[in-house]
Amino acid sequence: MTVGKLSGTEFFAPVVITEPNREIDGVYIGDLLSWVMGRASSGNAWITIMSNVNILAVASLADTACIILAENVALEQDVIETAKQKNINIISSPVGMYETAVMLSTLL
Amino acid sequence: MSEVLNFHFDVDHEDFTSAGQASVQVKKNLRQLGLPPEIIRRVSIAMYEGEINMVIHAGGGTADVNVTEDYIEIILKDHGPGIKDIDQAMQEGFSTATDTIRSLGFGAGMGLPNMKRYTDYMTVQSVVGEGTDITMRVNIN
Ligand SMILES: Nc1ncnc2c1ncn2[C@@H]1O[C@H](COP(=O)(O)OP(=O)(O)OP(=O)(O)O)[C@@H](O)[C@H]1O
Ligand SMILES: [Mg+2]
Repeated sequence: MTVGKLSGTEFFAPVVITEPNREIDGVYIGDLLSWVMGRASSGNAWITIMSNVNILAVASLADTACIILAENVALEQDVIETAKQKNINIISSPVGMYETAVMLSTLL
Repeated sequence: MSEVLNFHFDVDHEDFTSAGQASVQVKKNLRQLGLPPEIIRRVSIAMYEGEINMVIHAGGGTADVNVTEDYIEIILKDHGPGIKDIDQAMQEGFSTATDTIRSLGFGAGMGLPNMKRYTDYMTVQSVVGEGTDITMRVNIN
């Protein structure tokens, strides 16, 4: 499934979608940035509750398809602006990381 | 391409909330050179971990990236506190990061192990009180 399609489902909400056609290939869950760097695969949807600006560099360099912010975690406006500039896809989920992953497993 | 392409960066220590600029730039440059995505990914992740380490542990430093026909080389130099026990620092989970830095998601003690994992060659030279030099290489073929 593409990021654009996922963000358009009823359950999830788009936050920043700059590359809607990016295909999601697997999921990685984690908040410790070096674990994500070391273990997430290119094309993964990355589920986290981290919201500081460093997640953008991690998503970009680890080449994840999108960040999924669990628990309705909100981003500061400047982080949203930077995400747009850096072409980082971000989706919001209203539930926790586990429930988000369960939902993804039914959709992907 | 027999000549070596070099990119130089001064890594600022001040803004550790948005560090990683040099690595993001290198990713862009390597893309423009048309290198394979998996090579670019390995180089940028290894460089990012080293760049962040210079920012949070060493008060900044310099990064040089050399692109040759055979490999991409990343040279990081700082004049920070140095690493007392390099073997210990290379172990997964070892970290001296402060609570403030941990609250940003750093401090898992996985940075140096990632650098090792994603590169084909890595040396760490460090003198306590003088600084740390790290050289990494990712082979292109
Ligand atoms: N450039 C450096 N100067 C001084 N000490 C360093 C430097 N790089 C690493 N270290 C030391 O080595 C330890 C391990 O580094 P490593 O990158 O593996 O983990 P970390 O930076 O603490 O956490 P993480 O990288 O997972 O966010 C650091 O906590 C720090 O004590
Ligand atoms: Mg580190």
